[in-house]
Amino acid sequence: MDFNQPTEDNLFDRARIIGKPHARIDGILKVTGRAPYAYERHDVVANQKVGYPLCATIANGRVTHMDASAARGAPGVVSVVTTLEIEPLGRAKSNDARLFGGDVIEHYHQAIAVVVADTLEQARSATALIKVSYEEAPGVFDLEAAWERLQGTGEPLADVGDVDAAFAAAPVTVDEIYRTASQSHAMMEPHASIVDWSDGQQMTVWTSNQMIAWTHKALATTFNIEPDTIRLESPYVGGGFGGKLWLRADAVLAALGSRACGHPVKLALPRPMVFNNTTHRSGTIQRLRIAANAQGKITAFDHSAVSHTLPGGSGENPVNQTRTFYAAESRRVSHQAIDMNLPESADMRAPGEASGLAALEIAMDEMAEKLGMDPVEFRILNDTQVDPEDASKPFSERHFVECLRQGADAFGWEARNRTPGAMREGQWLIGHGMAGAYRGALTLNSGARVRLQGGRLIVETDMTDIGTGSYTIIAQTAAETMGLELADVEVRLGNSDYPVSSGSGGQFGAASATAGVYAACLALQALIAKRLNLDTPRFENRRVVADATDLALADILDGEELVAEDTMHFGDFQDSMQMGTFAAHFVEVAVHAHTGETRVRRMLAACDAGRILNPITARSQVLGGMTMGVGAALMEGLTADLERGFFVNHDLASYEVAVHADIPQQEIIFLDTADAASTPLKAKGVGELGICGVPAAVANAIYNATGVRLREYPMTLDRMIDQLPEVS
Amino acid sequence: MNPPSSVQRRDDTLRSGAESSSVSFVVNGARHDVELDNRTTLLDALRERLKLTGTKKGCDHGQCGACTVSVNGERINACLTLAVMHDGDDILTIEGRAAADQLDPMQQAFIDHDAFQCGYCTPGQICSASAVLEEMQAGFPSHVTNDLTAPIEITDAEIRERMSGNLCRCGAYSNILKAITQVAKERA
Repeated sequence: MDFNQPTEDNLFDRARIIGKPHARIDGILKVTGRAPYAYERHDVVANQKVGYPLCATIANGRVTHMDASAARGAPGVVSVVTTLEIEPLGRAKSNDARLFGGDVIEHYHQAIAVVVADTLEQARSATALIKVSYEEAPGVFDLEAAWERLQGTGEPLADVGDVDAAFAAAPVTVDEIYRTASQSHAMMEPHASIVDWSDGQQMTVWTSNQMIAWTHKALATTFNIEPDTIRLESPYVGGGFGGKLWLRADAVLAALGSRACGHPVKLALPRPMVFNNTTHRSGTIQRLRIAANAQGKITAFDHSAVSHTLPGGSGENPVNQTRTFYAAESRRVSHQAIDMNLPESADMRAPGEASGLAALEIAMDEMAEKLGMDPVEFRILNDTQVDPEDASKPFSERHFVECLRQGADAFGWEARNRTPGAMREGQWLIGHGMAGAYRGALTLNSGARVRLQGGRLIVETDMTDIGTGSYTIIAQTAAETMGLELADVEVRLGNSDYPVSSGSGGQFGAASATAGVYAACLALQALIAKRLNLDTPRFENRRVVADATDLALADILDGEELVAEDTMHFGDFQDSMQMGTFAAHFVEVAVHAHTGETRVRRMLAACDAGRILNPITARSQVLGGMTMGVGAALMEGLTADLERGFFVNHDLASYEVAVHADIPQQEIIFLDTADAASTPLKAKGVGELGICGVPAAVANAIYNATGVRLREYPMTLDRMIDQLPEVS
Repeated sequence: MNPPSSVQRRDDTLRSGAESSSVSFVVNGARHDVELDNRTTLLDALRERLKLTGTKKGCDHGQCGACTVSVNGERINACLTLAVMHDGDDILTIEGRAAADQLDPMQQAFIDHDAFQCGYCTPGQICSASAVLEEMQAGFPSHVTNDLTAPIEITDAEIRERMSGNLCRCGAYSNILKAITQVAKERA
């Protein structure tokens, strides 16, 4: 089915099930511990062996020698595969560093061996017996040095109007440098796979992955085998946040181990290897200049940034949102992804915007203060309904101003502290801050298959549910379209035998995958109409109804299974407009007057993200983003060892994420702004919108509380304690 | 004569140089006698030997709480303890909470408040949540308890503090708080 123009009035505008709060249909499996995650599939294949990885302890260079003889002779060991024993594996486009094979080390904790044994204890113990010699090469690890070196170089991504003239003429300007930290996805389930490649022919992979089709293809490329010899399953994913978009070493090592020993092999990356072996969000250094006239109208943006990447990667581009978020006649943005020898940087929740808005929205706060304007009113004044670089391109729907106004009202913004450092409760300085949020609303082609079995409908698609609620919103979509109830629908996800979907990433999953399921359901309706010889039947109350016909779906064609499949193809017309999601975040913090400890006391988000398919699961997505945003603001940061080139804090004790005690009352408002240009359901994503802008809102609240303007994340107390106001 | 204590058994094992031990424990009401590699954690014994995979491995280092189970009525991280140390113990995992698809009140409250997303930390959260209410009832103070002599008041701050060993990267904390508060109110 083609989606070639904005959708007209349709059944979702009079929905019974879509848009209503429904508890997750996979909830019971999750609260009883019966949802099967990748490493737990004891039932799928017999005689599983256990693999354990060995990872490199240099950042750059080569392995000169490996002695695995002691490991091979250790109790319970059935196979050892070292990287020197096999040719370099193929490298999928989505992987910057090679996942295994050959002697070249491209980053710290790159996998260099897998030991397979009867038990985990045996495999782990034997792995420690492998002796490795390296030839270490110098590496480049210091983003700060690269930033200094690259000043004034690089081609802008956009250069519109006359930026230099605008700054020369502007009565008010901001010009500051901001730093965001490298971050780890730190999903609770580490990367894990069971692979059965025991005959060296057919490969079955039970894994934890967001993108079945991409990873299926990456496996074929990596092992240079035919895609149709590979089958992949990932029905439950214990968190991803972008960290499981790609094929990673867990599946590759399990496959190599399986082929070597002739048994299925399961392997989970030990948590301390996840941080350096897999991908992370690159830190950034950003210079932001804003020019405004005396009335508060922005006349120019100049945003330049660096991030790090392995050769071939794209780093973390934090300047993109600056091209379209606010009006201004002139703008220049540039980003340089610097080749460095740190572990592989790649996408993490809201790649680019999460880091870019962390800087931009502090700069906006600084500008509002210089202008003597309310930061909410300043943003409203500089709103745009068209692409500022191309006025012929409107936003399909943009209700940022409503987000700002409704959020401010609900938060009680009028009653905020207005003078930095002036509100005190006991030993705590109280502050209020806000920020805008903007994240694109991408759609990707998405397919599904539906099976009508009696009155029961089964949906099959390779879409994944990574906690996002896919199972539930897909069941809602199918039930709504077919005139069924939610309980009539069974949803099967995450299997390469099913039609290719959008997968989960870039907050495109919910909108795209439900559109694909809608297309498949329409195909099923057409099939039913044809088989029953009906002209434009209606599907309602579990029945198919046309002129003289009124049949229960359970009874048609004697209960014969009817199968239909289709893919929603999103047309080029979407390129003629900007499609985005918007939010305004409001935060209250308390900063300890003596120690600088920051506690977030209250958070509120007002979100404009199209039709909300299920307010329960959508709300949880935004809550999760806000929580991760608090982590980014206050505690999360991978610290690179600048001599050895690895992230030192590579476990969950030293890489700190927000815990229960860090998260206060959180309130979320959905504007429920149906976007007809996005999908037939008029839906857009929310999963990444929730993290966007949150770090800056916290930063602005800290400034309001203390008068200390922090421009480097995470905003730990050591960064402000020497600047705190004198207290009695 | 009393059976050998677990300490004495460990000493015997050390002297004998044996690499495995037999251990008996009750899990979710059922007794299990297993011969285990001495290096096997309680977590791996549950997940790999008994195939009770509801208890999760997030870090294997006591840093995330996903493996929280109840042992003799107290919550512990199953990854930080060896299975052979639990001879004679009574262990409750997530699989032992729902009787014949009848969810226990905490499990139901987690569904009611959407107190999870990916679900991987959920069994540990539910186990901790139940224990937290019992710990407060029993008068165990926490870092945020002001009066160590008075009965402990069930506040948001107490629950948050006591739950902080259970990470949830999906960020369901405020919904988990609502779920626990619902159960606390039902009990009161």
